[in-house]
Amino acid sequence: MSAILSVEHVGVRFGGLVAIADLHFDVAQGEIVSLIGPNGAGKTTAFNVMTGFLKPSQGEVRFRGTSLKGLQPHEITRLGLARTFQRTSVFPDDTVFDNVMIGLHRQGAAGAPGIGRAPVLDALLGRAGASERRLRERAEALLDWVGLSARAQEKAGSLAYGEQRLVGVALALATEPAMLLLDEPVSGMNASETRVFVRLIRQIRERGVTLLLVEHDMPMVMEVSDRIVVLNYGRLIAEGPPDRIRTDPAVIEAYLGQGSAARRAAAEAQEAAHA
Amino acid sequence: MSRLLPLALLGALVALPLALGANPYLLNALIVTGIVTIGAMSLNLLLGFTGQLSLGHIAFFGIGAYVSALTSLGFDVEIGFGLRVVHEPWPAAVGFVLATLAAGACGYLIGRLSFRVRGAYFVIVTISFAEVVRLVALNWVELTQGPLALTNIPAITLGLPGIGAWTLKTKLQNYYLVLAIGTLCYLVIARLVGSRFGRAMRGLKENESLALSVGINATRTLTVAAVVSAAMAGAAGSLYAHYLRIIDPDVFAFTTTVSMVIMVVAGGKGTLMGPVIGGLIFGLLPVALRPVMAPEAQWIVYGVVLILILFVMPRGIVPGVSALLARRRPVRAVPVLEASPVVQR
Ligand SMILES: Nc1ncnc2c1ncn2[C@@H]1O[C@H](COP(=O)(O)OP(=O)(O)OP(=O)(O)O)[C@@H](O)[C@H]1O
Ligand SMILES: [Mg+2]
Repeated sequence: MSAILSVEHVGVRFGGLVAIADLHFDVAQGEIVSLIGPNGAGKTTAFNVMTGFLKPSQGEVRFRGTSLKGLQPHEITRLGLARTFQRTSVFPDDTVFDNVMIGLHRQGAAGAPGIGRAPVLDALLGRAGASERRLRERAEALLDWVGLSARAQEKAGSLAYGEQRLVGVALALATEPAMLLLDEPVSGMNASETRVFVRLIRQIRERGVTLLLVEHDMPMVMEVSDRIVVLNYGRLIAEGPPDRIRTDPAVIEAYLGQGSAARRAAAEAQEAAHA
Repeated sequence: MSRLLPLALLGALVALPLALGANPYLLNALIVTGIVTIGAMSLNLLLGFTGQLSLGHIAFFGIGAYVSALTSLGFDVEIGFGLRVVHEPWPAAVGFVLATLAAGACGYLIGRLSFRVRGAYFVIVTISFAEVVRLVALNWVELTQGPLALTNIPAITLGLPGIGAWTLKTKLQNYYLVLAIGTLCYLVIARLVGSRFGRAMRGLKENESLALSVGINATRTLTVAAVVSAAMAGAAGSLYAHYLRIIDPDVFAFTTTVSMVIMVVAGGKGTLMGPVIGGLIFGLLPVALRPVMAPEAQWIVYGVVLILILFVMPRGIVPGVSALLARRRPVRAVPVLEASPVVQR
């Protein structure tokens, strides 16, 4: 299988701190890959580099054969690489439905299917009715698909934590990505919500979307991932299928060397191994 | 309320002169209020919908006024290297169009320049820009007459070939012209805000990183908003010049920007009707206060009224009243759980 995303010898420094050092890995088309590592390992930083929110000090990221060097976040999204954010991220003052409508921005752009050549002018002249209707239908379908229809008319900021994460996923999906980066999507979700979310992840993949996941919930990571990439202090320390990562001495060491939360995560990984 | 109130207000404003009779003092106050309210509406597009505070907004207004006046008066200036630029007078209506375009172009430049530096820097860039333009108007005497003012600016003539032409000289005619342009600006803003472009503005204001991540181009969106906003302010400036028929560098007064900000904030920034309501209240306050106090003392009353409004309704009159009305209405029941293809709890 060909690589859809290649992280090529990326390094990121913040002043004297090396957040990422020489990170190098590929994600193949159609895969579900997890990027794990203790707190502060550099996972979110890696996401920020891939999506143009941070410029790497060295190396580059290629997506579908195109170098992302120097591209702005919105340009990278337009290439088909979407992301969610670690902290709850919605448009808080808008309804869930309007959140998705904002997320469908690119689907209403000039030249998109069913959209005229000058959307702003069309809106001014009141000619945007048909394209608006199409966008609304898409928003409804998307909300239905992620299971947020009942919340459509509520303010996104007033939703429970887990539901806000779902809104974030719906927003990313609204850009019709070829690949989706999820940063700790199930943090703040209870066990049953997490189970539902795992099902959603699989459905997203069935739609042909490649997934890269950052997550601390080890049983969940072990369950959904085809492959796992492990970071520690900005360095790649292991890479392979869940079975191998579970028993990798360097990975266990990395997690045991950390605080109690990390130790718990390692214990969970062990448990999942025995389950 | 969202449809009914603007229509009711428009009807009332159309009928108002019939009720007032030909009261020149009141009509004058209404015309000037209307013009400044258009400025406030344009400011709201930036301040309310993108969250950027333009404290030099009066620059676009003043540029519109001067461009329109000079287009319709003509000029003959030396621009250095022995070159002269001579311009014969054009119709005032052409001046109006050019004023709108010129102000929009300035909005483009300021937008490109300063949306790279947001927040406080944007405020500073806009203030500086307004001050520079004011100094040009004050000191380029050959073009602008400086403090001596541009006088005898013609009134706007509306006409269609073969039908006839009307020169809008009376207050009543100017009143309806301002009302028509104001309504047009309102409709343009309403359409923009309700469109995909408006959603992009809201997204950027509420959560910029997230907006970028769904593919919204921040610079482009904010620049378009700045252009439309500046163009409307320029149109208002043009109306001002052709109504008063005389302008001097005082059109760039910082206090006018402050008035516009007060109108937007009191009425409710980020709402369509906010600047209109705020504009009417603060524009007509002097009319109510004139019999009882001196103009200087009126600023104190402005401040007190503003503080009172924001004390009772922190987000402004329109959001405050909307919230009150919404509380009266019964709350709809929303099913909490829902069966869907994915989520089956
Ligand atoms: N903008 C920044 N400026 C300075 N240091 C930063 C910045 N962003 C991240 N860091 C540092 O870089 C390191 C990696 O942080 P990052 O957020 O990528 O970790 P993470 O793996 O996502 O951790 P977590 O699991 O807690 O989310 C940390 O030491 C962090 O403090
Ligand atoms: Mg992180």
